[in-house]
Amino acid sequence: MMDPSLYNVLYIDLTERKYEVQERRDLFEKYLGGTGVAIKLLEEECPKGVDPFSPDNPIIFAVGPLTGLYPLASKTVAMFKSPLTGNLGESHAGGRSAVAIRLAGYGAIVIKGASKTPVYISIFNDQVKIKDATTLWGMRSSYAVGRVLREVEPGAGKRTIMRIGIAGENLVRYANVVVESYRHFGRLGLGAVFGSKKLKAIVVAGTRSVKIDDLKAYMKVYEEIFRSLTETGVMSKYHVLGTAENVLPLNAMGALPTRNLMQTRFELAENISGEALAEKYLVRKIACTHCPIGCIHLASLRIAFAPGHEYETLIIPYDYEPIYSLGSMLGIGSVEGLLRLIEKVEGLGLDAISTGVAMAWATEAYQRGLISDKETMGLKPNWGEDVEVYIRMAERIAKRANEFYSALADGVEFAASKYGGLDFALACGGNEVPGYHTGPAALVGFLVGPRHSHLDSAGYGIDQKALRSLMTKEEMVRQIVEEERFRNVLTSLVICLFARGEYKLERVVKALEPVGIKTSSEELMRLGAEIQKAKASFKAREGYSPYKVRIAKRFLETPTPLGKLNEEELRSMIKMYIEMAGLESIYTSSN
Amino acid sequence: MSYRVSVVNIERCIGCYSCMFACSRLRFGEVSLAKSAIQVKSAGGIERGFVIVVCRACVDPPCVKSCPTRALTPRPGGGVIFDESKCNSCKSCYEACIVRAVVWDEERGKPIICRYCGFCTKFCPHDVIVFEPVGRELLV
Ligand code: SF4
Ligand code: SF4
Ligand code: SF4
Ligand code: SF4
Repeated sequence: MMDPSLYNVLYIDLTERKYEVQERRDLFEKYLGGTGVAIKLLEEECPKGVDPFSPDNPIIFAVGPLTGLYPLASKTVAMFKSPLTGNLGESHAGGRSAVAIRLAGYGAIVIKGASKTPVYISIFNDQVKIKDATTLWGMRSSYAVGRVLREVEPGAGKRTIMRIGIAGENLVRYANVVVESYRHFGRLGLGAVFGSKKLKAIVVAGTRSVKIDDLKAYMKVYEEIFRSLTETGVMSKYHVLGTAENVLPLNAMGALPTRNLMQTRFELAENISGEALAEKYLVRKIACTHCPIGCIHLASLRIAFAPGHEYETLIIPYDYEPIYSLGSMLGIGSVEGLLRLIEKVEGLGLDAISTGVAMAWATEAYQRGLISDKETMGLKPNWGEDVEVYIRMAERIAKRANEFYSALADGVEFAASKYGGLDFALACGGNEVPGYHTGPAALVGFLVGPRHSHLDSAGYGIDQKALRSLMTKEEMVRQIVEEERFRNVLTSLVICLFARGEYKLERVVKALEPVGIKTSSEELMRLGAEIQKAKASFKAREGYSPYKVRIAKRFLETPTPLGKLNEEELRSMIKMYIEMAGLESIYTSSN
Repeated sequence: MSYRVSVVNIERCIGCYSCMFACSRLRFGEVSLAKSAIQVKSAGGIERGFVIVVCRACVDPPCVKSCPTRALTPRPGGGVIFDESKCNSCKSCYEACIVRAVVWDEERGKPIICRYCGFCTKFCPHDVIVFEPVGRELLV
């Protein structure tokens, strides 16, 4: 039997300032945990058509039955209604969050209501406190907020500290939640939902233990998984250069979005490559709790601030996505400039991808004269020339400094519908696009995926396969559908997707057995399909239609490694996706 | 020869906690970060790295001297042996070990003392900790 602490769902009401725990065995037994449980809780808790900033919009965190038990089962799923897209908000983060929630004795946490004054939530085992956060509100950097909470809260070293920056306070629709300084619930605006509830931070720590049914079998499966993860080299990509490894290969194949995707090759890619960063700036790698891989790369940047060898040193996390969005996308080819911009964006609590894409659009719009110095408040964005300009822009977005920056804070699609330039406003389904202009599979994935993210179905991988061997469009779509279902299984167990090669279904089945869950690969895939449908239903309920999704012209003008994309073909692939995933009754072409 | 766990490459620690999970799995049959004889601590913010605390296997152990019931006795070659049946939960060993290698098990009200089995070292991906004879550091 599964250790029953997983079934505990902690419900917190910020309006009433009270909480309760309910045993939701029903949910966990059917949907495992993570995405599966979170989408069900979202269905229950989120009223139809609710304003994302209404107190009724819930914040849901969920972990799974393998959390804490096996290496790399180290992520937490967050769900909410997204203020950016107006439909499904789903974001995943690691750090210490997952293990802390599990060892505090919960499988999920639901936060509803809103406080009138700034608060933070402190959870230590069964003690749940809503505390005053007035002093933290408006603090310049999200890093500083972490530093303060570290001093006043228990559980050093094993707790999670999730917090928002000023972007979240000011309801920037793609504000993120910073976790342990270097991880994030990045996409779709969880930070803004925190802000709308006047919720500055959540600290979770726990000292509980999870009991295992069949200890002998568990020890054996554990060892097998641990060895194959650490000794076979399957994970070396993530450990050695980290995701930044992608920069050069994508650039070489002509798939690295550059200067708002006017180009796909960046002449300065070498400078900001994983190799360059590792050689000159990498100082430490760290890991999410219970991950022996440690893909989190920290760079150190020394900045002179006064004559006489006066330096300040910043420690900055880097990954492929921020390198793309705050680097090549803005034409920034200096590592120092890129790292400074990343540090600023993270400190403000902005999603790096969305911010970069929004600023790239703004640069082009400025150069085409759609906006002027009046809108930019005197800033003159010019590809990569002056990083300081982008640092200022990010600050102004986070503060909603004027009408124009406020529009940017509502997302690139919103800004472009107001100022013009939709053709080069690179959002899919309302979410700013990630960094893979590899071909049709990637783009279709962004357009129809539940999160409009590269992580939904990894179409970039399918495109790359298609480069090596011919693949029909049907085959591509079939792989998107399958991959999405498989990922729903992994994200219900909340296993880090980087370990997807090691956690194949057969292995997942084996890993579940010692903790008392009997299942099969087929059953798991059926669950993956059911979750796919549940997410689509939520999206449809809130007004999203894949038939109507906007495809920016720029995606079609700039060739991919698989050639130029064509709208008709993309639309037919979207239709195929709906059919193959069995979503016709959910997404009817009339709505 | 008596063996112990030594922290040899602390700067390489990635804070994965695999060592702690290994200890609690083997010793207590549970998944826990509270019940482990080896402790990973942050040195004050992830950017500063980590601290690992593990029993140093003292040759003349202060924890033993502090124990009123002889629940703790010296192990030949260095370190201690713990006999839980004799322990009265007075917590003086916890105070006596200034490196804080005595972990307090709140649930049982007893100390958790390293057994010098070295199981945790098998799960460290970066050779931060090694299993080696007591006194090795004095020899080099
Ligand atoms: S591979 Fe990276 S993101 Fe995934 S669990 Fe490990 S440290 Fe976290
Ligand atoms: S528990 Fe502390 S005092 Fe006792 S032998 Fe170990 S290090 Fe020395
Ligand atoms: S707590 Fe137990 S082992 Fe420790 S000093 Fe007291 S009696 Fe001895
Ligand atoms: S297993 Fe090694 S790297 Fe991981 S926390 Fe322990 S000492 Fe550090």
